[in-house]
Amino acid sequence: MGRAETLKALRADAAAARMAGLTLPQGAAWANAARQEALARVGAMGLPTKRDEYWKYTDPASLTAGEAPEAALFTPDERPMFDGTDRLRIVFVDGVYDPEMSDDMSGENLEIERLSTAMAKDIHWSKDLYGKLETEGHDPVERPLAALNTAFATDGVVIRATGKVSRPVNVSYLHRATNSDAILHHVIRVEKGADLTFLENGPAAARLSKVMEVDVADGGAFHHVRTQGRDQERRAVTGSFARLGAGSTYKSFTLTVNGRLTRNETIITITGDEAVAHVAGACVGDGKDFHHDDTVFITHDAVACESRQVFKKVLRNAATGVFQGKILVKPDAQKTDGYQISQSLLLDDDSQFLAKPELEIYADDVACSHGSTSGAIDETGLFYLRSRGVPEKEAIDLLTLAFLAEALAEIEDEALAEDLRERLESWLKRHR
Amino acid sequence: MLTIKNLHAELEEEGKKILKGVDLVLEPGKVHAIMGPNGSGKSTLSYILAGREGYEVTEGSAELDGVDLLEMEPEERAAAGLFLAFQYPVEIPGVGNMTFLRTAVNAQRKARGEEELSAGDFLKEVRAKAKTLKIDADMLKRPVNVGFSGGEKKRNEILQMAMLEPKMCILDETDSGLDVDAMKLVSEGVNALRDGKRSFLVITHYQRLLDHIKPDVVHIMADGRIIKTGGPELALEVENNGYADILAEEGI
Ligand SMILES: Nc1ncnc2c1ncn2[C@@H]1O[C@H](COP(=O)(O)OP(=O)(O)O)[C@@H](O)[C@H]1O
Ligand SMILES: [Mg+2]
Repeated sequence: MGRAETLKALRADAAAARMAGLTLPQGAAWANAARQEALARVGAMGLPTKRDEYWKYTDPASLTAGEAPEAALFTPDERPMFDGTDRLRIVFVDGVYDPEMSDDMSGENLEIERLSTAMAKDIHWSKDLYGKLETEGHDPVERPLAALNTAFATDGVVIRATGKVSRPVNVSYLHRATNSDAILHHVIRVEKGADLTFLENGPAAARLSKVMEVDVADGGAFHHVRTQGRDQERRAVTGSFARLGAGSTYKSFTLTVNGRLTRNETIITITGDEAVAHVAGACVGDGKDFHHDDTVFITHDAVACESRQVFKKVLRNAATGVFQGKILVKPDAQKTDGYQISQSLLLDDDSQFLAKPELEIYADDVACSHGSTSGAIDETGLFYLRSRGVPEKEAIDLLTLAFLAEALAEIEDEALAEDLRERLESWLKRHR
Repeated sequence: MLTIKNLHAELEEEGKKILKGVDLVLEPGKVHAIMGPNGSGKSTLSYILAGREGYEVTEGSAELDGVDLLEMEPEERAAAGLFLAFQYPVEIPGVGNMTFLRTAVNAQRKARGEEELSAGDFLKEVRAKAKTLKIDADMLKRPVNVGFSGGEKKRNEILQMAMLEPKMCILDETDSGLDVDAMKLVSEGVNALRDGKRSFLVITHYQRLLDHIKPDVVHIMADGRIIKTGGPELALEVENNGYADILAEEGI
């Protein structure tokens, strides 16, 4: 067998292994059709293996295995995430909707229901989006795990913002079973000029597959803040697929501490002029089992749009961080302003940061810049702090937080940003 | 009291000898100046006293009030009352000046078993001290030394010193890069801290700083040693004639 055939066979094996224990959920005709189409996509692509170019730095084996590897439970000893925000809370426990802990699904300028409810209806607006943005997101890089999600997702939320939504929607993912395997899928439509804040928190399950398709219409704004829990052993692969209309805004921030394997993919296509897309992440990883991967692909297909990628990772005790980020500027996307920065702070020699920053530009009137750095704690700064009486560990924490500050600054809501900063500070403290 | 005896030190990596037998005794309440040509080891001496890594002390000792400084971590030396105003203050992006000051003040208090300063008391004190040094609210908010002018950095060092109230202050070329007005501000800041007990070791090239901060003793350092010690008139001699005569006299 040639190399290509071998790869194809390996992908097919991976797909067969992963799907062995899965059954397609049943719903309305359109929903069943969407799932069948997704299944066909998985059939055509197979599932990723370590030999795939975009999985070179992250081994997908545990994500494609038939069963979720066990993950010990972790009980947070702090205030619930986002508790300072008046929010509409929806809770999934190991991927299963929990009506007791969830708020009523209603709100001003808001249509919201469970994905499973929406997909059982013969007519539903989410038909035009479910699996559609995911499908578009395979060009030019295949995202087969997202297609698998579309085929088998058991639940999620569908949200339509019709105006300014005053209360943020908060989906909390609790992890209560050591072998849980969750497949969740959200569909979000921000209508013209509408404004939605979407908060996500928690580890979700021993293994989580989550896809979020977000369609932001002209002049709409979508704000996303996510924290992925502090469980040491959970695994997650997430895909955020977004399409941005003219003058719209998409701003997303993710905080990841711990977790054995995290692959967060964000695929954004800017289709309307003067739109803005910001994607940021801060990550703190400890130990050789920690592997965190941000894979971002932003396509500029309209005039005078701005995109920004800001990713910071703190790695220690042989932890691994990965960043694969791309800005693609299509021929007609003149006056594009693209920025990308990925940086790691390596707290020891055994930790590693693997970065693949890419620019692909076909328009001539653009301003794009990218940078990627990896560095240790600044010894001069550390000595300066210590010479003022700050103990070494505390000084390292201070410098670590300072390093992450640029990513945290991407959170627009200052109270939220401050809350996350304080939590991070206390987590750093407790870790020693 | 700072007591340095026969201090020898070299660069850890290259093994290059820099200090070759420094002797110095600084009594409480006194101001000693160290002058000397570039590269004679003045900054190295101050770094070694403050505990910077990268140097190996091969001989001799340094004690503050009978306690061996060289055995302590930098933060322990600070808590014991040692303060170094850096020749090149360090920029720390992402750490606000105010946060930095409060963390430092409270860390030292904690190390000494004292109560932390309340946020209100701290603010009041910083504002008052900053004002006398003409440090505005904006400089307090900005990241430590980032984007500060040379003069602002030096004033910021003095503000830290004023907040930390050390008993042994080492000032390494705090006057370099200062214009006349800034020099006055800094000197006034230093003089305000003179209380008959606090000691100062002032490293400088210029007599002009010593016009403002009057030294009791002046040392000349060259090639890693103190080669001559005298009164304030020694600084004047250097100002007028340079180091050549003194160096020749000592056979260097
Ligand atoms: N980290 C270092 N690496 C290499 N050389 C150094 C280092 N620190 C000091 N030196 C050298 O040691 C000597 C003394 O330097 P320094 O203490 O800065 O002198 P001064 O402050 O009196 O000008 C100089 O020759 C300088 O080049
Ligand atoms: Mg010097």
